[in-house]
Amino acid sequence: MPSYSRVTLVLLALGFAALALFPLVGETFYIRFFTKIMIYALFAMSLDLLVGYAGLVSLGHAAFFGVATYTVAGFIDKLGIADGFLILPAALAVAAICAAVIGWISIRTTGVYFIMITLALAQMLYYFFNDQLYWGGTDGMNISAKPLLALGGFTLVDLSNRVQFYYTALACLVTAFVMLSVLLRSPFGHALVGIRANEGRMRSLGYDVQRYKLVAFVVAGALAGLAGFLESSRATFATPAYLGWHESGHALMIVILGGMGTLYGPILGAFVLLLMEDYFATLTERWLLIEGLFVMAVALLMPEGLAGLPRRIAALRRRAPENGDG
Amino acid sequence: MADAMLETIGLSRRFGGLAAVQDVSLAIERGVVHAIVGPNGAGKTTLINLLSGDLKPSAGMVRYKGRDITAWPAHKVAHLGIGRSYQKTNIFRDHSAFENCRLAAQARLPGAFDMLRPARSRADVLSRARQALEQCGLADRAQRRAVDMSYGEQRQLELAMLLASEPELLLLDEPLAGMGPEESARVIDLLKRLAATHTLVMIEHDMDAVFAVAERITVMVNGSVLASDTPAAIRANKAVQEAYLGEAVS
Repeated sequence: MPSYSRVTLVLLALGFAALALFPLVGETFYIRFFTKIMIYALFAMSLDLLVGYAGLVSLGHAAFFGVATYTVAGFIDKLGIADGFLILPAALAVAAICAAVIGWISIRTTGVYFIMITLALAQMLYYFFNDQLYWGGTDGMNISAKPLLALGGFTLVDLSNRVQFYYTALACLVTAFVMLSVLLRSPFGHALVGIRANEGRMRSLGYDVQRYKLVAFVVAGALAGLAGFLESSRATFATPAYLGWHESGHALMIVILGGMGTLYGPILGAFVLLLMEDYFATLTERWLLIEGLFVMAVALLMPEGLAGLPRRIAALRRRAPENGDG
Repeated sequence: MADAMLETIGLSRRFGGLAAVQDVSLAIERGVVHAIVGPNGAGKTTLINLLSGDLKPSAGMVRYKGRDITAWPAHKVAHLGIGRSYQKTNIFRDHSAFENCRLAAQARLPGAFDMLRPARSRADVLSRARQALEQCGLADRAQRRAVDMSYGEQRQLELAMLLASEPELLLLDEPLAGMGPEESARVIDLLKRLAATHTLVMIEHDMDAVFAVAERITVMVNGSVLASDTPAAIRANKAVQEAYLGEAVS
């Protein structure tokens, strides 16, 4: 249930405003890089709905991200259709359908079994694309064009323009954030949080727990699909790696690092993690080691993630005067 | 049986080799306070679990208002108007007392699946939650986190949640367990008031409370019904005295 404090709201508004102004001053490299970061933030945010609110720790979330990238590739390079207004809903639908099927099976289990079954089912999809030459096998597919977002010959958004793409990604991120905030404030959102807290009691109160979980799973899957649509349009390729457990784990890492159950935490997490990866990679080939240590340190020292920092600092400041008196 | 609201026919539940509930046939009449008593391990809580849909019977049938609900899942049973409370406090620990009741009140309303309007904007849900807290004497505790409440208050919250979900038939699993005399008196008072408009099935060890509110008493021993009758008849029943009540009555 996000009921953001006034301070958080101001910080959020400032953050989004800074992102909106960034292309005016940022270097080309960073405009591109931030676009990618926002896409991964969106992806991680969709996972936060499951992990942070519904209490469903999925290790197969990348599958929905990945099938959307292949949907874009399929439309453009297999069917020869580049109309973005066709591709986008199709990508969302494919991701949502996959999420419905995988979710329907997975929600019958809980805890570690849920983690394992989402992992297993997602890996099946991974191997489906990895092992089929039609889809380019391990190499994946290059996408020869970007989806066209045009109405009656007039281009609304030109995705090959990096600044326009940047704002598209930002708009998607903000829209998803607002949408999920509304959803979590609704009776549905409160019920999800209740299910995470005490599933049995929710059931005996009359909540159809399985249905709530499935709907949350499909919503999260569709949003991951939106991120996948953006990512394949940005990178102009689709690869099996997009569906793999590595990608799922990476998203989970962003959520934990940023702070789960906050929605904005994953945005923070995505910026910190991806910028850090970029920086560490310039220092040493063994950058994954540093990253691992960093994420472990955050998880151990700040269980609420980076999003919990302001509250921690506020708590320290409240305590400080008392210490001064004593 | 004039008007059986809830009926069980040959209801049994085994756990491996243990027959926790064995061939129980009961009729709960509408508007009656029906107490279920018996020593520990008699199968009382299992019986409640079978009635609420939390457990499925190994054999037998549960009928509610003439409808066979034996195979119904717990959440559907709740929507029929059968609510239950738990012997072991079963609340949302990190939620406020009010939010505990709000979630309960939201459960049975159409629109629980609503994804657009703020949950806290539903006036009907809010007033039901508030009312339930008041009924259970927790009005001034509304904003307290459940985990920070005293044990007795948590027990009362357990009841408040049940009331907020507006059941017609209440399955109460030891509503007085662990309460101090003052809280007990208040809850017994509440149960008496509820009895005017609800049907109550309650497991309770406090025999004074049972005889104070119950209009029918079923005595269970080792998973089976030993006797089911009016309080006066149960008091006079020799077999019951030997098996369970013993010195409690004499």
